[in-house]
Amino acid sequence: MKKLFEKIEYIDLFLWLIRAAIIIIVIWGTVATILDNPYSTRQWTDFVIFGVAQGSMYALIAIGYTLVYGVLFMINFAHGEFFMSGIMTSTVFIAGPMAATGFLNRHPIISLLIIALFSMLVSVGVAILTERIAYKPLRKAPRLVPLITAIGASLFWQNFYRGMLGSNVKPFPQFDILAGSIPLLGTQVLKTHIAVVLVTIIMLIGLNFFIMRTKTGKSIRAVSEDKDVAALMGIDVDRAITITFATGAAMAGIAGVLFALVFRQVHFFMGFTPGIKAFTAAVLGGIGSVPGAAIGGLFLGLFESIGPSLFLQSLGIPAFNQLKDVIAFIMLVLVLIFRPQGILGEPLAEKKA
Amino acid sequence: MITKQSIQLRTPLRFGIIAGVVSVCASAIGLVVLFSERELIAGVITMGQILIFAPTAALAYIAARDHAEGQRGIALLYGSLTGVISGIPSALLILLASAVNLRQFMPNVSPALIEILSFGLPPVAGSLAFLAAMTAVGLIAASFSLLPSNIKRPIFNGLLWTFTIGLFSENISSRVRFFFGSEFNKLIFTGKALDPFVAALIFFLAAGLTVWQGRRQTTHTEPEGVSTSRKSRLRWMTYAGVVVTLLILPLLLGSYLSEVLNNVGLFILMGLGLNIVVGFAGLLDLGYVAFYAIGAYSMAVMTSQGPLGFGLSFWAALPFCVLMAAFAGLMLGIPVLRMRGDYLAIVTLAFGEIIRILVLSDLLKPVLGGAQGILKIPKPEIFGLVLKQPEQFYFVILAGVLIAWFVSWRLSKARLGRQWLAMQEDEDVAEAMGIRLVTTKLLAFSFGAAFSGLAGALLASKLTSIFPHSFKLEISINVLVLIIIGGLGSLPGVVIGALILVGLPELLREFAEYRLLMYGLLMIVMMLAKPEGFWPSQIMKRELHIDEESEMLSAEAGD
Repeated sequence: MKKLFEKIEYIDLFLWLIRAAIIIIVIWGTVATILDNPYSTRQWTDFVIFGVAQGSMYALIAIGYTLVYGVLFMINFAHGEFFMSGIMTSTVFIAGPMAATGFLNRHPIISLLIIALFSMLVSVGVAILTERIAYKPLRKAPRLVPLITAIGASLFWQNFYRGMLGSNVKPFPQFDILAGSIPLLGTQVLKTHIAVVLVTIIMLIGLNFFIMRTKTGKSIRAVSEDKDVAALMGIDVDRAITITFATGAAMAGIAGVLFALVFRQVHFFMGFTPGIKAFTAAVLGGIGSVPGAAIGGLFLGLFESIGPSLFLQSLGIPAFNQLKDVIAFIMLVLVLIFRPQGILGEPLAEKKA
Repeated sequence: MITKQSIQLRTPLRFGIIAGVVSVCASAIGLVVLFSERELIAGVITMGQILIFAPTAALAYIAARDHAEGQRGIALLYGSLTGVISGIPSALLILLASAVNLRQFMPNVSPALIEILSFGLPPVAGSLAFLAAMTAVGLIAASFSLLPSNIKRPIFNGLLWTFTIGLFSENISSRVRFFFGSEFNKLIFTGKALDPFVAALIFFLAAGLTVWQGRRQTTHTEPEGVSTSRKSRLRWMTYAGVVVTLLILPLLLGSYLSEVLNNVGLFILMGLGLNIVVGFAGLLDLGYVAFYAIGAYSMAVMTSQGPLGFGLSFWAALPFCVLMAAFAGLMLGIPVLRMRGDYLAIVTLAFGEIIRILVLSDLLKPVLGGAQGILKIPKPEIFGLVLKQPEQFYFVILAGVLIAWFVSWRLSKARLGRQWLAMQEDEDVAEAMGIRLVTTKLLAFSFGAAFSGLAGALLASKLTSIFPHSFKLEISINVLVLIIIGGLGSLPGVVIGALILVGLPELLREFAEYRLLMYGLLMIVMMLAKPEGFWPSQIMKRELHIDEESEMLSAEAGD
């Protein structure tokens, strides 16, 4: 009996206590909510749909983290800023004037395409610039060093945009064709939410094709497998890394457009929270895995939109919606502590972390 | 003139584009207009103009020095080409702003900016004048690079001193007025800027001193082997000098500058703490502000005379605040024990945010006051004297910093400090050498947190009221940057970093809005150019240059 106790480290004991506490809170909250039954089925469906839409955006941003991590084993802290830069620039320079001249609602599809393309281009440009200046020269430095430059790049872009375009919240124009809702699943679903989910699915299929079927995609996969061997096989490793950053940034650029469509406003600091949450999604799904990022994003979105109402409301916590972000962050901490390889991750992840 | 070396236009083109983009960005984000309000030399030059011309001057100098291979004609050509090209973006900006109302997109492209850039001339003439000015700057910088170094150095030092004194003239002027009267002050400063005549005087003084020093070094060499007793006496005298200066500093500086110094002191405290976590133990912690908040809120709740406080005295509460923070460090440390590097950074960041959101939330409002914060925190009292003025509070902070310094210094030399370094190097190897990773890591977290808690407690007492928005992620980043700038693992580096990153922006108040932009740039530039920091610890220096050394060795072996 004594031997058994010696084997269990007190650290493990502590971690088990945390696990148990969380599980108890979650179960207690859920049961209490179910007994209380404060919402109708239709409201729950609304939560789910909003969660799916939100999760789609997280998924698109998370792909950037996952791709870069797969290739360089580094967390690109500036990725949230790639997301912000594209939509900020296109809102101010493209969408704003388009709405002012009325072009936007006369040719909604064309304008949307132009906005999306421009936003992607800017995000990719910012990403390539950042990679060139802040990451590329530091490939061989200790791992702390590129991490610090990444934080620096993130700060720089945020404040650069703040100075350049002003620190106020900018409205994103309303598209008439996306206004209103249509009946679906026994409730009214906003058209924007449907558009968000559809665009995400299309982008994910396109990305999958790019990574799996094209030669460039193959080179990215080869580089993430083993850089030295890939170089021996005649792959230009630096180019593959740049393309990886660009691909992730393009997805983030599109996510930015979707974000603007849903929330109808943009702002220089908007990249921070979605950035951290998308990172959580990437870890949740298993960092380094593209399908993992998609699943993780969806899961996090759902969890965030249902979570506060399901777990917290009946525990008698005042203004429980304030704690929405806490749920996401706690989830991040828990995943990193208890299952760092994520849902779909390989067990190898622990060694890299 | 046909020479062996062909004229390569790519160099000036690249440098010109870089300088041009930098200066046009500085204009577009509003730095130039803001800085133009600060005159360096009255009626002659403003900080804004320096900002526009400095990138061009620096890059033209480099282009002429490094790429012309000592040929005068080419050097001058490169310099002026760099100048012209770097002028093009801003010239285009002037023309564009006259045609379109750019301000609706970019609020900082204001008429004031265009007036500064175009020297008050109409658009076309103004943009040409700007191009001409940039070309002149490039040409001057290039010809400067051709001067022999015994002329270059005095001129450079003279300019540096003049501009530095000009930059801080507002603060220097207030002190001069205090000590020597306003009549004397008017002689030196016109308004808030240096008088041109005095500026010239300073320039020649600094230049002359440089020349004199250079002469002295060549003729007069130090005798070898100064006796060790003299050396140690010299060292003690330096220490005594430092202590005396520290003690009388607030009397010399006055209220405002003491307040600045107090803020620097708080950041030094936090920097010393984070230095243990990141610099010694190599655990990247981005949620460091959480402990600062815990320290501050503990102090607030225990001492506040408002409805939320218990009304204890400052000295009674202080040890508890430090212990609370240390305990929180332990609690954070346990779950993240098995994480390294990036994952650790992001988890600690999440912890910091969780703490901030919780403090802000309605859930803890009955205890911590929510967004309204906690008010009526008393100032410390010593022998019946309430330390109200910043000059008095300075000594409390000074004592805290000295204690923290002493503890870090002893720790770095002790067994524990060496264990941290070993752990930073390689955890697995360290464990194999018999170091208990769990204890070592948790101690690092606790020590770091304790220092930060101390800083937080002092902050609460200094401000007498605290609010959740004082504990943003910004603080963590700020502390991290300052220890990076100073040099990871280096104690004097923390002081240098805090002076540069906290002291400077307080003195240049218009800077405040762009502080984070500068931090971001500094982080990148430091990591690229001088990753070991301004005052590196020996260990870091060795480690970061190990690649170069081994490359050199292998190159030698190859020969």
